[in-house]
Amino acid sequence: MSRSRSSSLVATTAAVALAATACGGGGPGGTAADTDAAITIFNTEPENPLVPGNTTEVGGSHVLDPMFTGLVEYDGDTAQPTNAMAESVETTDSTVFTITLKQGWTFHDGTAVTASSFVDAWNWTAHGPNATQGASFFSQIAGYDEVHPADPDGADGPLAAPAPTTDAMSGLEVVDDHTFEVTLSAPFSVFPVTLGYEVYAPLPKAFFDDRAAFEAHPIGNGPFEYVSRVVGQEVKLTRYDDYRGSDGPKFKDLTLKVYQSRESAYADLVSGSLDFMEELPPNALAGQKYQTDLGERVVQKETLNNQTIAFPFYLAPYDNADLRKALSMAIDREEITQKIFEGSRIPADGWVHPLTKGYRAGQCGEYCTYDPEKAQEHLARSGYTGEILLESNTDGGHQEWAEAVANSIKNTLGLDVRFVPATSFGDFRQKVNAHEMKGMYRAGWIADYPSIENWLNPLFRTGASSNDGLYSNPAVDAKLAEADRAADEEQAAALYQEAEKMMAQDVPSIPLWTQNTIAGRSERLTVAKLDPFRSLDLASVEVG
Amino acid sequence: MGRYVLRRLLQMIPVFLGTTFLIYVLVWAVPGDPFAGKCGERDCPDSYVSAMREEFNLDDPVVVQYGEYLLNLVRGDFGRTSSGVEVSDRIVETFPVTLRLALVALVVEAVIGITAGVVSGLRNRGFLDSLVLVSTLFLISIPVFVTGYVVQLVFGLQLGWISPTVSTPTFGGLIVPGLVLASLSMAYVARLSRASISENRRADYVRTALAKGLPQSRIVGVHVLRNSLIPVITFLGTDLGAFMGGAIVTEGIFNVPGIGGLVFRSVQTKEGAMVTGLVTVLVLVYLVMTLVVDLLCAVLDPRIRYE
Amino acid sequence: MSDPSAAAAGAALGADARVTAAEGGPERQDRPRGLFGDAWRELRARPLFWISVSLISLVLLLAAFPALFTSADPAFGDLGRSREAPSADAWFGYDNQGYDVYARVVHGTRASIVVGVLATLGTVLIGSVLGILAGFHGGWPDAVVSRVADVLVGVPFVLGAIVVLSTLNAAGSASATRIVAQVVLSIALLSWPVAMRIMRSAAVAAKQQDYVKAARALGASPRRVILRHLLPNCLAPVLVYSTIALGAFIGVEATLSYLGIGLRQPVVSWGVMINGAKDYIRVAPHALLFPAGFLTVTVLAFVMLGDAVREALDPKLR
Repeated sequence: MSRSRSSSLVATTAAVALAATACGGGGPGGTAADTDAAITIFNTEPENPLVPGNTTEVGGSHVLDPMFTGLVEYDGDTAQPTNAMAESVETTDSTVFTITLKQGWTFHDGTAVTASSFVDAWNWTAHGPNATQGASFFSQIAGYDEVHPADPDGADGPLAAPAPTTDAMSGLEVVDDHTFEVTLSAPFSVFPVTLGYEVYAPLPKAFFDDRAAFEAHPIGNGPFEYVSRVVGQEVKLTRYDDYRGSDGPKFKDLTLKVYQSRESAYADLVSGSLDFMEELPPNALAGQKYQTDLGERVVQKETLNNQTIAFPFYLAPYDNADLRKALSMAIDREEITQKIFEGSRIPADGWVHPLTKGYRAGQCGEYCTYDPEKAQEHLARSGYTGEILLESNTDGGHQEWAEAVANSIKNTLGLDVRFVPATSFGDFRQKVNAHEMKGMYRAGWIADYPSIENWLNPLFRTGASSNDGLYSNPAVDAKLAEADRAADEEQAAALYQEAEKMMAQDVPSIPLWTQNTIAGRSERLTVAKLDPFRSLDLASVEVG
Repeated sequence: MGRYVLRRLLQMIPVFLGTTFLIYVLVWAVPGDPFAGKCGERDCPDSYVSAMREEFNLDDPVVVQYGEYLLNLVRGDFGRTSSGVEVSDRIVETFPVTLRLALVALVVEAVIGITAGVVSGLRNRGFLDSLVLVSTLFLISIPVFVTGYVVQLVFGLQLGWISPTVSTPTFGGLIVPGLVLASLSMAYVARLSRASISENRRADYVRTALAKGLPQSRIVGVHVLRNSLIPVITFLGTDLGAFMGGAIVTEGIFNVPGIGGLVFRSVQTKEGAMVTGLVTVLVLVYLVMTLVVDLLCAVLDPRIRYE
Repeated sequence: MSDPSAAAAGAALGADARVTAAEGGPERQDRPRGLFGDAWRELRARPLFWISVSLISLVLLLAAFPALFTSADPAFGDLGRSREAPSADAWFGYDNQGYDVYARVVHGTRASIVVGVLATLGTVLIGSVLGILAGFHGGWPDAVVSRVADVLVGVPFVLGAIVVLSTLNAAGSASATRIVAQVVLSIALLSWPVAMRIMRSAAVAAKQQDYVKAARALGASPRRVILRHLLPNCLAPVLVYSTIALGAFIGVEATLSYLGIGLRQPVVSWGVMINGAKDYIRVAPHALLFPAGFLTVTVLAFVMLGDAVREALDPKLR
């Protein structure tokens, strides 16, 4: 059935750096908690071999995240980065960073975690011939182009990428067993914040000796170690007792069970045979039925993701700023979030997520406020009277709101607005990447790391990796570049905010809403919190 | 007989080739790059996409791809998915689950269907007959996804009588999904056996048996039933194949880790090797089942001869 | 699963049983009458037949002239009235998007019926032509057609439809006609072997009949034999199959829409409505129950008709 579009659903919500093991998320003391308990939580099928640098989708991240601890981890409440494996990350010019590791940490096979565990892992992930999904995260490090030469005509072209001249980035240098130095090719003030993302995890020597054996039985340095996996059904992990971090779990065994559909998982959650599910399906949200089904077992948390409508700037009439403003102002966000999402979404007032460090309220201003009259004015100014298309994949529960948005614009502006569903996420993404969209389209973003930079640079800078609509404003580019070079994070944040304000005049995309994720836990879990990256904060879990 | 079986087995070869080719080409023609959706909202690095295409021969013409696939298949290698899982492993894991589900459905269908059919066939035009007629008509006209959904909601969530999903795919755990899966065919079996029974009741040999003074139970149990069951068994046999591939909706609703969900996901993510492998196995099962059914009919009905 | 292959197999078996009956020919009574004349007399006397015929006429009327039944715009959605229960304004209430359920059910009839009718026509036409040719000629054409049919029958229906439709659904903006055509095509493509087998076995049986042998001995051309002698005698089983299949196909359309690969925006059909309403069954059951009810009743009507026709055409069952 269907409705098991789980794999694509995963993809939609992919690119999450989860920080399931954040510190400080502990509950009100562990009174009579069962520390040897086993719990089962919801997951989707991991789509790639279980190697941190090669998994950027949710199903795989949920497995790998508890198994690996990076240099920094993000707080389970506030999403703020704190040092985990790193003793310190120091820089004077935002270009050269000196990273010192904590001592005494071991991988699950007993070998020590050293500076080379990181450097080797990063070099391996960035190395072109290894063809990892996470390679591009290292593109800011000096020497990336040598280990990962660009394909001259893209993946679709007949030419192959030239062979790399070396397999080690010149910007990485091991100083001693517990210190290494990272040199970036250009100043990047928020680099330390990004380090909590999964692809920056260390890898043990065992990986480099025998990759196939590692994929069959991954070895990490995190609070949980790998036990077993039945493909298509479940992955079992258990507590790593020699874990040195402060975010060790208060239970023992963790089973990540694969469900084909959220609806069936929800049924299990209600009946108590599933302990946690991080996002309830639409049929549970409908009419807030989850309140009666789960009662006190509902878990809510604002999470670091948003939903937007992107424009194909390469296609008329979407290159018309007045039309874009008219469309944005014709969407009744308030009503849609209430009626379609039952309040589990919060209307957005800008392009940066409110939970992010550096967020400033109201950046989008009147352009993100429903105002039929002003919308009509802008429409009249644009002079457009034709058809408007809204494209979206429908496999991640996007049909409902997309239809409602189309209706809202249609009813407000009197334009012929059509929602055009695409059946699979892969097909949809391919068209987006190839700049072949025929109308405006659904876009969403989940923060890789909680920095204002992550909401702007990759999406709106000319030529940026995820600027699929080809938006380009030289003034905004210049401001973003200035922010990158800023001496400290404070100053950088201020400059990024300026760039966001400048962008607002162009309405480069329509911010719709951010998410107040509604999760559910079983009776057994006395405490279970959701982290800002939309997954269970494992360190917080207590079993009664 | 031996020659007949041999001929039927030989006929399976072109069917096998046809099926694999057809499915392979169709999956190949499904739009969308299989690796475009693998990296979430961002583009996958070019190196990743190129390497994956290389590994799965996606840049070759489809005929060459199919040729390589077939060569490997003959050697017993079903290929791997893009996440590096052996297709044969997945088939070995999911196949028994779906087979179990199909068997449960088959038993349900046979027991309830035949019983209802026999009862109503013997009481021609009585109250029971009308009841069976109406209820089967009703069952036929409701789509399975409605039945499954309602059963899960009412009995699983509201009343809590059953577990809303299948936790362990054992025979016992699959009874509810089996019932749902069987509901449609059950109605057909009932109607088929009813028609068959009421036809045979008027046959000459029954009249002869009656005239001979045989007891009613023996006439019905031995003569009528045996002869009436031939078309029913034919139907049941081919239905097993239909169940195995047709369980997509049911498996999805009850989260049964079987072939259905796997195929559905594989089509959407363009896992050609996986889809082709699974469908090929299903078609072979179907062909073998039809052969078995034909042979079974010959056993039941001595008039049928194969040469 | 609303698997038409099951429906088909059921019908086929019934049909096979009846081929022998058809061969026997109708018993002559006072006035010479054909098989179909007898059947018609039989049918007229059955209330089930009249019930199904009137239901079907009503549905056809809905499909042909939806504007007669409602003036509301089925495409106008207003979230302000989302999920409101049935009232005097909207007899069937509003769904989650604030669409008028009654207007949509009425306007959705057309797509559902068109899919059912066209898919049946396609199935029966392809199947009958190939079946009768294969049955008549035998030899290698028969072998080829039969093996191709084996392939298609062996591929489970829904599975095949998923593969075919995913291929055809070259995403993006498809016109309503194209969306409907795709669904019709994929159903016909996967179902014709059933009609083919029914027709083929009927033709094989009829070929052995003395009157056909006589016609061939008298030098009638193959075309004449097929058209004048075989076809009229093989039509009955296929006719029965087609009425039952029609109902089944309407249900199949709903299942495909449920899986997200069948009909979709901007086409409105009962299946599309059921798919959209299923998540809200606990808060707005009316949005699901009305289209599901129409679907059930329509399928029921066609199945009943098929049933009545089958019994009427089969002298043994009278």
